[in-house]
Amino acid sequence: MSTKSNAADKTERLLNLVICLLYTRRPLSKAKIRDAVPQYGSKSSDEAFDRMFERDKDELRDLGIPLVTEPFDEFFDDEPGYRIDRREYALPEISFAPDELAVLGLASRAWTQASLAGPAAQALRKLKAAGVERDDSSLIGIAARVRTVEPSFEAVKDAVLRHTPVAFTYRTASTGQVATRHVQPWAIAYWHGHWYLTAFDTDRQAARVFRLGRIEGEVTVEGRPASYEVPADHQPKEMISTVTVERDPRAAVLRVREGTGHSLRRQAATVGPAGEGWSLVAIDFTDTEAFAEEICSFGPDVVAESPADLRESVIRRLAGSLRTSPSRQSGLLSGEASR
Amino acid sequence: MNARAASGQPRTGSQAESATARLSRLLTMVPWLLKRQGVEIDEVAREFAVTPAQVEADLMLLFLCGTPGGYHGDLIEAEWESGRVYLGNADTINRPLRLGVDEALALIVGLRALAAVPGIGERDAVVRALAKLEAATGSVSAGVSRIQVLIDEGTGNQTMALALAHQALEAHRRVHLRYLVPSRDESTERDVDPMRLISFDAHWYLEGWCHRAEDVRLFRLDRIEALAILEEDGTPPLTAEPRDLDSGVFTPHPQDQLVRLALGPGAVWVGDYYPTESFEPTPDGGAVVTLRTADTAWLRRLMWRLGSQATVLEPSGLALEVRLGARKALEAYAGEATPAGSTAPSG
Repeated sequence: MSTKSNAADKTERLLNLVICLLYTRRPLSKAKIRDAVPQYGSKSSDEAFDRMFERDKDELRDLGIPLVTEPFDEFFDDEPGYRIDRREYALPEISFAPDELAVLGLASRAWTQASLAGPAAQALRKLKAAGVERDDSSLIGIAARVRTVEPSFEAVKDAVLRHTPVAFTYRTASTGQVATRHVQPWAIAYWHGHWYLTAFDTDRQAARVFRLGRIEGEVTVEGRPASYEVPADHQPKEMISTVTVERDPRAAVLRVREGTGHSLRRQAATVGPAGEGWSLVAIDFTDTEAFAEEICSFGPDVVAESPADLRESVIRRLAGSLRTSPSRQSGLLSGEASR
Repeated sequence: MNARAASGQPRTGSQAESATARLSRLLTMVPWLLKRQGVEIDEVAREFAVTPAQVEADLMLLFLCGTPGGYHGDLIEAEWESGRVYLGNADTINRPLRLGVDEALALIVGLRALAAVPGIGERDAVVRALAKLEAATGSVSAGVSRIQVLIDEGTGNQTMALALAHQALEAHRRVHLRYLVPSRDESTERDVDPMRLISFDAHWYLEGWCHRAEDVRLFRLDRIEALAILEEDGTPPLTAEPRDLDSGVFTPHPQDQLVRLALGPGAVWVGDYYPTESFEPTPDGGAVVTLRTADTAWLRRLMWRLGSQATVLEPSGLALEVRLGARKALEAYAGEATPAGSTAPSG
């Protein structure tokens, strides 16, 4: 028999099993189920049926179908019976007003294709299956798009939902060092274009923030679900924003060629003349390395005058641009950059 | 659930679909169809993102299932010969299954993010929808609060531009922009008919019909130097289609120049941020990527920004420009020692 028709047979069997267990008011014994679902009848041995039924039960539960095991006869407690509680199974009756449906549509389309777009679309279909009509979110002029390009997203999200300790290889941004980290995930948040994990680092015995994009390779599960508590007052946003910024601004002085450096001029505190074809721009900055990066992006059109550490960072970076010229590319690829 | 496999293009018969994925669709399709007797097969296919042939195969399967007994009256009735679908005798599964964790999560997290969007006029509807959804999902949605999408209005002039653009959008008015094209370090003037405001990656964008480009364009709000609402009606032409943002906000043309870059570990984000034609990881944690671009000015600037973390491999002309520009920039600091042997941190 081909794989394809095997899968079709299995779908048919599972569907009949669901219908049968929803239909019955009293728990059904395995023997009754075997009689009721025709696709089980053809199985030759009891063992083969048992194995198949166990697998089917697990798969239905994985789908979220509330299959319950109950004593099916109060006088014989040695054999359990099975059924699906219809009230537990069915999506409660909810009706959405047109404007509510429009925002639900918008929310479901917030996830880009390679993220939670699949589950989002399925959820919307279920809500619409319950009777509501089309959603018209095109009238709302605002949209948000969320990407989950980080390969670790799926595993980390599941760990957060289930409270499962995990380990992963992490590259620290400031040092570039790679180390294995053992953590109890608390929350994940998408902020300014990146996903962050907040977690308790069990080696360091302290809370830490990790950027999902810096996790390398597989995330491995290192314990049982629900094996730790998340602090009740945990606020992911506060923790992430304190880690990712904010220092007191410092003043910088730049020389900017006339007709260039528009974004710098806009943020400037003052702009004055600095000789033929140049302006002197006074501007505040917080992160030296990030600001040096921005200055470098203007190439020969912007010169950092002060402070000294900013000037040094710019020089170091520009020198880096020279060092990685094509003649040195093989050096770069063989690991120079990962020192 | 594997989100990557579950979404996207209509499924064709050749792809292997798991029995449970198909079961999940069938359990949603039955109540959906029961509420829409006589719906066309093509519409079912569109709604469920499968081919019409798959819809027929699904109906055929439903036709063989039913309550215990297996007699004629026990089976689900399905009829679709006319191209319209009629379904009956499926009362046991006439309600959709409760939302699964990922399903509830996708909608709830999405709604909470929308509720926080500054200036959204439908906040009231968002709050109502959220309350109903949370009540309907119960314990499933408990842990969902620890997955968050945080959208803010940005800082400074971005907030101002967001409020003004939103106002123009609601009033269907054209706007005049002074817009900075940072990749070319150039300030431009243009009239735009606003279509929508989008929060994408770390930024807010105004999408609209640009009369200067005569095409749909995205404008990053923090690069708008001035925004004035004009008297003219701002309804975009009928041909103006919102951009598909799944691959990002950059849309390269196939005839653009091919550029090959070597990225260090601190610069691999470039591969996520810009649409690349190829992406090959290197053993050091970096990557070699190729991408297409019509304009290399922004790439030169990107290379200077990335310093030692990125190198242009091809074309050699661009590599030379980057090198010469860096040398010229360094001349301004002539006489100051460059720290020998050190590389720039990855930032």
